[in-house]
Amino acid sequence: MASVTYDHVYKRFGDVVAVNDLQIEIKDKEFLVLVGPSGCGKSTALRLLAGLESISDGEISIGDRVVNDVAPKDRDIAMVFQSYALYPHMSVYDNMAFGLKLRGMPKDEIKRRVEEAGDVLGIEALLDRKPRQLSGGQRQRVALGRAIVREPNVFLLDEPLSNLDAKLRVQTRAEISKLHKRLQTTFIYVTHDQVEAMTMADRIAVMKDGILQQLDTPQNLYDHPANRFVAGFIGSPSMNFFDAHVRQNGGGIKVDAGSFSVDIPQSQAGPYQGYVDKAVVFGVRPEDIHNPDFPPPNITPAPVSAKVEVTELMGNEIFAYFNNGGHSFVGRVDPRSQYGLDQDVQVVFNMDNMHVFDKDTEQAIR
Amino acid sequence: MNTYQARSTALQRFLRAAPVRAIILVICTIWTLPTAGMLVSSFRSANNIRSSGWWTGLVHPFEATQWTIENYSTVLTADGMANAFINSLIITIPSTVIPITIAAFAAYAFAWMKFPGRDLLFIIVVALLVVPLQMALIPIFRLYNDIELGGTFLGTWLAHTGFGLPLAIYLLYNYIAQLPRELFESVFIDGASHFTAFRRLVLPLSIPAIASFAIFQFLWVWNDLLVALVFLGTAPDVAIVTSRLSAMIGTKGEAWHLLTAGAFITMVVPLIVFFALQRYFVRGLLAGSVKG
Repeated sequence: MASVTYDHVYKRFGDVVAVNDLQIEIKDKEFLVLVGPSGCGKSTALRLLAGLESISDGEISIGDRVVNDVAPKDRDIAMVFQSYALYPHMSVYDNMAFGLKLRGMPKDEIKRRVEEAGDVLGIEALLDRKPRQLSGGQRQRVALGRAIVREPNVFLLDEPLSNLDAKLRVQTRAEISKLHKRLQTTFIYVTHDQVEAMTMADRIAVMKDGILQQLDTPQNLYDHPANRFVAGFIGSPSMNFFDAHVRQNGGGIKVDAGSFSVDIPQSQAGPYQGYVDKAVVFGVRPEDIHNPDFPPPNITPAPVSAKVEVTELMGNEIFAYFNNGGHSFVGRVDPRSQYGLDQDVQVVFNMDNMHVFDKDTEQAIR
Repeated sequence: MNTYQARSTALQRFLRAAPVRAIILVICTIWTLPTAGMLVSSFRSANNIRSSGWWTGLVHPFEATQWTIENYSTVLTADGMANAFINSLIITIPSTVIPITIAAFAAYAFAWMKFPGRDLLFIIVVALLVVPLQMALIPIFRLYNDIELGGTFLGTWLAHTGFGLPLAIYLLYNYIAQLPRELFESVFIDGASHFTAFRRLVLPLSIPAIASFAIFQFLWVWNDLLVALVFLGTAPDVAIVTSRLSAMIGTKGEAWHLLTAGAFITMVVPLIVFFALQRYFVRGLLAGSVKG
């Protein structure tokens, strides 16, 4: 059981800064997800913690111990790799037992732990098989089992679900969450999939270009993205952005996107007073765009007219692609909406959940 | 598809492949015919060999009187082939094991350990591949005379080791370097040292590469005459099968019944080695380690 601290950590590969001034404090027993697009440094951050890469600058601590110069095997961590990295010539049992044998654990204790892990993961019947005789999902479990039996202080998982098919991924996602609750250990999980991040994490660290963008709970990340990148990264389909200006509108203020404008509710107007007549980016999530015929309760609607370009029926909702004066945007609207192609319709934005970002810094205006 | 169609497509496939198969069959026959003739001749008496072709022996294969194993007993005892056979084993086995052991360690180090001068050293080793063996014979021979290694088994082992190492390191490096990086990262997190990683991970996974090189090296050393002549000599107590055989050609060029038996004794070990280890050429031990 241990906390993990990244203290101003840098990793440079030649001129490339893969991890740039990373500062994260991960609490004991926390499930932290590092998420970001390819090449954002999330895997590198994890590998620094595992000791597979050397730290260029800064300090990483596990518990109270600075581990910069500690060998991977002495860091009391276990890692699950994207490719599983099972030892192909060993049986499932030996794969899981190998790390324990190297540490000189008594045979009966090894047997107890491996069998218990096999039981937890539902692979007790496969212990005698070789990895090549297993399906992808089973290999993945063995990789998890190999980490579990070590009973490490920190679990590191590097995109462990990427090689599974969609259905198995959803199922295993839930199982990893269960495992975390059961083991009561710190989990650090790297993924590029924001759905995995949202569903599993206690807190999410969003990274881009080696820089930590925001570290917060999934709900806060969704409700209050710190900048335009996070806003666009979290949520699917991603947030709609409009280049706009904040304007004075009688007593209140409004967001003017050129072809349409929407009033900012009085209660939220405060932070934007200083931005009057300045360029901003206005953001609204697809799920906050509604068909006025089927308005959800307790929203602050702002009407916008639009032309329907494409609709995708999902069953429980419709993804509708709208156009307003050259601005394309997506709405997730009520499935009862009867939209024809090129039809001119009215939609409403829920202004309670709008987002406004500084045009230059791309930081959220709050 | 009904059975008639199935049968006709199978027939078509067979007919399409038939010319290729016929050609392969002809080539294989031509290729193995001299060996087969040698094998048959080695079991026929000297008179039979002189009076009729070896294939006439096959006309009545069960006529026991025409077969004899006397050629073998003569060659093994009177011509010292038995002793030479043992000498060949004494030369060949260490000359295979030593370079492979060294090369496996070296290949692992070149592939997965960081140390200064690694790349330069590796380039030098690879460059040694182009040095012809013959160039090194005289300098090493003089060196051996100075340090009294000439005519000894040890000297010959070392010579074969030296000549075999560059290729061994290069081949094993190519194999070991392409093992998945994650396997090593995993094994180090699991608590392995470099030596453990080598012994428990690299060695078992490299068996196909090691086996295929072992076959090459074994056959090369077993069939070698030049290195043995130079460093071991032809004294009866150390002579190996190839040098015995070449000596026999000089002294008993007319005694075909003995030469064929001697030649077959020389061949039998390479045949056994090849058939015993050939499955390692086709077996891919890596299947299943990573998603592929």
